[in-house]
Amino acid sequence: MLKDITMGQYYPGDSFVHRLDPRMKIVLTVMMIVAVFMVHSLVGYALVLAFVYWITKLATIPFKLLMKGIKPLRFILILTFLLNLLFSNGDTVWWQWSFITITKEGLTQAIHYSLRLMFLVVGTSLLTLTTSPVSLADGLELLLSPLKKVHFPAHELAMMMTIALRFIPTLLEEADKIMKAQMARGADFESGNLFARAKAMVPLLVPLFVSAFRRAGDLAMAMEARCYHGGENRTRLRVLKITRNDWLAFAVMWGLIALIVVEGIVL
Amino acid sequence: MEARIKLENVSFTYEEAEEPALKNVSLQIMPGEFVAVLGHNGSGKSTLAKLLNALFIPTEGTVTVCGMDTKIEEKTLPVRQRAGMIFQNPDNQIVSSIVKEDVAFGLENMGIPTEEMLPRIESALSAVHMNEFADKAPHMLSGGQKQRVAIAGVLAMEPDVIIADESTAMLDPSGRKEVLDTVRRLNRQKGITVVWITHFMEEAAQADRVVVVSDGQVVRDGKPQQVFEEIDTMRQLHLNVPHMTELAHQLREAGMPLPHGILTVEEMAEEVMKLLCPSK
Repeated sequence: MLKDITMGQYYPGDSFVHRLDPRMKIVLTVMMIVAVFMVHSLVGYALVLAFVYWITKLATIPFKLLMKGIKPLRFILILTFLLNLLFSNGDTVWWQWSFITITKEGLTQAIHYSLRLMFLVVGTSLLTLTTSPVSLADGLELLLSPLKKVHFPAHELAMMMTIALRFIPTLLEEADKIMKAQMARGADFESGNLFARAKAMVPLLVPLFVSAFRRAGDLAMAMEARCYHGGENRTRLRVLKITRNDWLAFAVMWGLIALIVVEGIVL
Repeated sequence: MEARIKLENVSFTYEEAEEPALKNVSLQIMPGEFVAVLGHNGSGKSTLAKLLNALFIPTEGTVTVCGMDTKIEEKTLPVRQRAGMIFQNPDNQIVSSIVKEDVAFGLENMGIPTEEMLPRIESALSAVHMNEFADKAPHMLSGGQKQRVAIAGVLAMEPDVIIADESTAMLDPSGRKEVLDTVRRLNRQKGITVVWITHFMEEAAQADRVVVVSDGQVVRDGKPQQVFEEIDTMRQLHLNVPHMTELAHQLREAGMPLPHGILTVEEMAEEVMKLLCPSK
């Protein structure tokens, strides 16, 4: 059950989207997020959804895999929805009870925020599904490298990200194993109220943390043994090059933004 | 011929530890040797391994790898390039989420130009028979395959020595065989010196030479046939001997005139056949 999280998981392939420069893909993702925040109507969201669907087809990623990435976020989504629905102000009051007011504006806002959150996750998932973690880290490092002048640790950040992404499946597998071991000895993770369930997680989290620290120590030693000494004089397996395809994708993204702007004015 | 690895009166004490983990160890390993280092838990064999590629610096004495003193700071990186190391836990030594990018990690650290990397990665992966997995994610591989990726990562750096620190301890029997066979083949074909740290007697029996470490000291050093013949000494050190050596010992005590130095099932079968049908 813990393996359902697709965020941060690379789906290997050799499509147009996979081959784009990671720097461009990061920029495009940021642009798409901005675009999503410019949407103010359901038609606009339908447009973005169609765009996302088209990208998954282009990248030969199963659309279902992308949708699965949203599932673990359902509680946050529901919470966002409810908070916006129940506690925002508006003129058209539909229902009121003590401090809770449901307004038309509140409902619209609730829908907007949950949809935006969803597209935020979908957008970043698209990036991580089509970009290998190392090239993603490379892209991020290069994008941030101008900041090295003000002692921003761009390389270290990128390395941390690579390692974090690398260990997500390993730690998930381990969490699953510990959970089963605890369940075999009578631990109950599934019943009780939220508080009881959170408490039941303690015997899962403690061994998981202990093992994560041990792994970190081991990995640090293994990296040192392979001559790791920070970002100085380091070369890269992949040399990044912006090609015509990247500019094409850039133009397409501007197209989407333009469409959304036009749609916002017309509708 | 100059020794690949030379330890001279080496002692090592962990920070905050009272007792040294290694006491006055001297050892020479020649080019092309396959040396198994045997010892029970806490004997200091893992500490020994980490001294061989400058992960640890000896508290006393000197460790020389390929003519370089590991104490000298400028030599740290060259030492680590010449003496590559594979660790125990297959998961905790793979840095990247793609096999070939992980193999590239060491090369990137060494500052090898990109054009040179690809052929090196390819030949390293083919040397461990993992070509077809170049684009796979490490967590999809078996333990033995992960260890072979780790070997490829070291191999790409073109080392003279491979140090395996209990690299088979967490694997199932088929994975163990897979990894040991790979390293033995590299030892034979490429002449890479191997230091194989283990507590499996059957693995040590396949080495050219066995070094037994106990309580921070080298207590035995010789051919596996000689070392394992001393069954009582080994028992005192809380170590077993290979099953066949043990069986031969018991059969000899029961009156069967078996020769000394039997290590494997094949050797045993051959000797028993000689006794049963002396005419052949």
